[in-house]
Amino acid sequence: MILSVLAATPLVGALVVTLMPRTAAAARSVKVVALASSLVALALALYVTSQFDVGAGGYQLTEQHEWIGALGVHYALGVNGIGLTLVLLTTVLVPIVLLAAWEDRLPASRSVNSYLAWMLVLEALAIGVFCATDAFLFYVLFEATLIPIYFLIGSYGGAGRTYAAVKFLIYNLVGGLLMLASIVGLYVVTARAGDPTYLLSDLSGLDVGTTTERLLFLGFMAAFAIKAPLFPFHTWLPDAAGTATPATSVLMVSIIDKVGTFGMLRWCLELFPGASEWASPVVITLAVVSILYGALLAIGQDDVRRLVAFTSVSHFGFIILGIFTFTHTATAGSTLYMFNHGLSTAALFLVTGMMVARRGSASISDFGGVQKVAPVLAGILLLAGLSSLSLPGLAPFVSEFMVLAGTFTRSVPAAVLATLGIVLAALYILIMYQRTMTGPLQPEVAHLRDLDHREVAALAPAVVLIVGLGFFPQPMLDLVNPAVDEVVTHVGVGDPPPRTPAELGGLTGAGAYVPEHGPHETEGGH
Amino acid sequence: MNEYLTLSMILFTIGAVGVLVRRNAIVVFMCVELMLNATNLALVTFSRQHGTLDGQIAAFFVMVVAAAEVVVGLAIIVSIYSTRRTTSVDDASLLKL
Amino acid sequence: MLDLVWLVVVVPLVSGLGLLVWGKEGDRVGHLVGTVASAASFVIGLVAFVQLLGRPEDDRSVADTLFTWISAGPFHVDMAYRFDPLSALFVLLITGVGTLIHVYSIGYMAHDERRRRFFAYLNLFVAAMLTLVLADDYLVLFLGWEGVGLASYLLIGFWQHKPSAAAAAKKAFVLNRVGDVGMALAIMLMFAQLGTSSIQAVNATVAGQASESVATALGLLLLLGACGKSAQVPLQAWLLDAMEGPTPVSALIHAATMVTAGVYLVVRSNGIFDAAPVAQTAVVVVGLVTLLAGAWIGCTKDDIKKALAGSTMSQIGYMMLAAGLGPAGYAFAIFHLVTHGFFKANMFLGAGSVMHGMAGPDGEGDVDMRHYGALRRAMPVTFATFGLGYLAIIGFPGFSGFFSKDKIIEAAFGESFWIGLAALLGAGVTAFYMTRLMVMTFTSPRRWLDDVHPHESPRVMTVPLVVLAALSVLGGVLVLGGWIEHWLQPVVGPSVHHELAVPAWVVSVVVTAVVAVGVALAWVTYTRTPIAQTAPADPDVSVLTRAGRNELYGNAVNDTLVVRPTRHLTRVLVFLDARLVDGLVRGLADRLGDTSQFLRTPQTGYVRSYALSILVGSLVVVLALLAVTLA
Repeated sequence: MILSVLAATPLVGALVVTLMPRTAAAARSVKVVALASSLVALALALYVTSQFDVGAGGYQLTEQHEWIGALGVHYALGVNGIGLTLVLLTTVLVPIVLLAAWEDRLPASRSVNSYLAWMLVLEALAIGVFCATDAFLFYVLFEATLIPIYFLIGSYGGAGRTYAAVKFLIYNLVGGLLMLASIVGLYVVTARAGDPTYLLSDLSGLDVGTTTERLLFLGFMAAFAIKAPLFPFHTWLPDAAGTATPATSVLMVSIIDKVGTFGMLRWCLELFPGASEWASPVVITLAVVSILYGALLAIGQDDVRRLVAFTSVSHFGFIILGIFTFTHTATAGSTLYMFNHGLSTAALFLVTGMMVARRGSASISDFGGVQKVAPVLAGILLLAGLSSLSLPGLAPFVSEFMVLAGTFTRSVPAAVLATLGIVLAALYILIMYQRTMTGPLQPEVAHLRDLDHREVAALAPAVVLIVGLGFFPQPMLDLVNPAVDEVVTHVGVGDPPPRTPAELGGLTGAGAYVPEHGPHETEGGH
Repeated sequence: MNEYLTLSMILFTIGAVGVLVRRNAIVVFMCVELMLNATNLALVTFSRQHGTLDGQIAAFFVMVVAAAEVVVGLAIIVSIYSTRRTTSVDDASLLKL
Repeated sequence: MLDLVWLVVVVPLVSGLGLLVWGKEGDRVGHLVGTVASAASFVIGLVAFVQLLGRPEDDRSVADTLFTWISAGPFHVDMAYRFDPLSALFVLLITGVGTLIHVYSIGYMAHDERRRRFFAYLNLFVAAMLTLVLADDYLVLFLGWEGVGLASYLLIGFWQHKPSAAAAAKKAFVLNRVGDVGMALAIMLMFAQLGTSSIQAVNATVAGQASESVATALGLLLLLGACGKSAQVPLQAWLLDAMEGPTPVSALIHAATMVTAGVYLVVRSNGIFDAAPVAQTAVVVVGLVTLLAGAWIGCTKDDIKKALAGSTMSQIGYMMLAAGLGPAGYAFAIFHLVTHGFFKANMFLGAGSVMHGMAGPDGEGDVDMRHYGALRRAMPVTFATFGLGYLAIIGFPGFSGFFSKDKIIEAAFGESFWIGLAALLGAGVTAFYMTRLMVMTFTSPRRWLDDVHPHESPRVMTVPLVVLAALSVLGGVLVLGGWIEHWLQPVVGPSVHHELAVPAWVVSVVVTAVVAVGVALAWVTYTRTPIAQTAPADPDVSVLTRAGRNELYGNAVNDTLVVRPTRHLTRVLVFLDARLVDGLVRGLADRLGDTSQFLRTPQTGYVRSYALSILVGSLVVVLALLAVTLA
């Protein structure tokens, strides 16, 4: 029950917000209500986490009701460590986003009520997607997330929003359509085998024959690859992120795009392990291309929002690379990466959004020397940027390194090429920072305000988490590890053992190496 | 019996040609009615030929539909006339992609 | 205190972060807080060092795990530290020199409105550098490794309003990142091959069981990392630009500590390098090339900081060379690293004092040595301390550099005559460019610009100079009785002495003679003819000078081979993404639209044409039905 309540909370908030008066005077209370409902959802998510038995693994807090009996469709929810991680990400980010979007300037004749309501609806749908354990329910919610984003881009974005919104919608609908074909296929397959069913637990053991499995896999994968987005299906993202409000961009890139990678992990790998393995060479190649291609294109952007969008293409490359390596290290890294990328990209989108809103232009060349007048803004931009380039000590480093180390055991060329991405990452972030924040102060930005208390308060939780999880990622990994273990075991590839395992116990010297005489550990010190 | 059918065919053809060639909406409308009634005639004739009531029942349905159509169709024509001061069907050609 | 060694990292870390988030109220005492934090760290380190000294020889290593950093499946990394003779020396060097430079900076940065932030960055640097040397796991070392890179980035670009500073900071970070690729790949390789990145376990296993190819790969990858951090050829190009940072930064980060991290890495990974002769040879080659390249550049620069930076490159080349010689050189590499830390920090701070004194009316320090001259009288303390540093670096008998450099050259001759000869040549060139620097700055006739009034720096700046000068003189005691070899033996193994054809004292005499020649040459060259106030134009100087001034064309090479191709590739890709990848998508959409346009042509809007099509359609249906029934 608790998961349904969790998913329903923002929905109720959205309903209340919609029914409130649409006057300027009520705008403040509308925002407060929206923020409050997202905070309630966060509290519920934390409660769910406390109820979740970390050590036990598997799907927990499950609920299941028959929905469409004839098709074997159930309303079935449940979370494992991976799902819970993303639910936490969603519930943590939405209050941040709402607070950051407090003063967003909306196009004339658009009310703040529906703006916030759509965001809350999106939160509810996202929670549902991450909790769904029925393929049909997942599909319905997956497609439903398009609606709020379509309106968020198309109604509240900047110039060119209609084009971007339609492009986003159609691009994703095409992917969804292919997935629908696979959903229908699943019905046919299960109905032939006995009772039709869409439950994950029934489907994951399904034996459908190689060709069918591959076709069904491709349907799912197409939808997820477009959503994630994987090269060459990425071109909707820069357009969407370039016109949407920063808040929308965060919800879209940090949360909803994660459905793509999450879907690969939960649905592709669990339902079609054989086909996933079959497709992995191609997917890994595309992922590596995404990493380098996204990074190179980010270097070449002048619009700071498009730049961030392309950095995400690069980061999603890492996530997908880790998933399709099928090693525990890389998969756990990918899952953690989803969370960390959500945080760092949110910080980056929001802080650049604040920059852009102040200057009235998103072009990097319109800035220069901002650091002098807005040091806090510059500092947070640098920190968000450093987390995006995976500086050790910040959260994304841990996950990126795990992905790389896990990949290295499977494919050395892929790991080496992907590692080159860290140089390019340094380039795109530092060039952007150099051009916007340093150098002589441009007269146009001489009166730029620094961040106010509300903006700092919105960004602070993300910053604290980015730094904190850089040093103490283990609580998240403990949450993720059992679930990852199940997925990796299910696929059955696993981690190759080290060629010459080091003896971690008593070290004895050999050859020219003279260690100390037995490792001396001091007493205590823990 | 064939005479009735022949008459029905002639009436239907007149109606069809009228729909195709006339511009006045009222006349087009009348022609449609003519076609419907030609069909009715044919239906009744067939009913008589086969000695069953199916055709006559169908004819009643057609009449009901025709009556409903008159109500809706005339209302449309009147409202078009009241806004455009014309009853030519060619002038009402904006309903397209 | 040994259980609490981790405090040396935590104290400056907390202080640094605190200073960063502390608002304007912190401006008044921020510099003091930062200095006290660094000093506290030094005291903790000193107490721990003394306790380590008091332990029996085979028990001088304290390791502990603070917490599990990352653990997932087979991937396990502990936040573990190890305080052993090697890291103890580094802790003392970093916190000791670091604290002196903190004190110096109080005076040097007195008029900078962002002084609090400067001290925050310095503290963060100290914390990161200590993490680097205390780490007991390569990934934790990497954390410190990138941490010092970040601090270096922030401090080089501290005067961000100068585009040159911002560009130099970025360049340093990016070139370091290139090296970091090597580091990262090395750690990945450790996980894949050995299943761990614990420094102890990796070195023990590589030395014992793993194949030589693994050791070679690890060695070369680590060397790439070391080249980036230590500004060794081919990743040397950032160091001279890094002189854009405030001078205390150049002294601490780009002379005494951070740039020597590469040497530390090689020595720390001695198990790997001992098992990989190819990698060792590569280290020697890199060291030798950099040694000569740095010295060459040092001879030609008129910018006092860049001349010193060239010298730093060159001296680190010596250390690398020594580290590449294996057990014969490890201890001397570290020894030279320590003495170099003293005398180079001393000279950089001295240069800062000179710049401070030569500042024009606009307050900007002047770095051009052609505007100096005769500062011996104007700045006696600076001259005296700088002079002692000078004698140390050229290897004047009895000074610290004499012992440390001599040992390296000796070891180089032990390895091969040619390597020794090159190292010997380097010593001569060192003497040449350092004498040139001394003459141009302190002894030659004055060539001051107008409105410049050289004056001695305040006490807060000269006291650290005096302390460092004393250390530069006395640093040589570490080698007396083979103490340093003995001290480091638990980490790097017993020192191996190659038999030389001649007694060791002959080498010393030859080195001293070569140094004397270098000094004499420079003295003659720069005192015979007056020094012009402006540098002769490029066409008027020899090819060698021109190459040195252009930093041996390192930037041009990078530009041609990497920067420009990348920029072009980026442009091409941006174009292709819009035209090809997105073009396909848009093209598809457009074709669909065209099809729809074509299909809508029958939709005329005329009722009669619709009626006709209905009629024709129904006729076709009827006829088809007839055809089917009748056929």
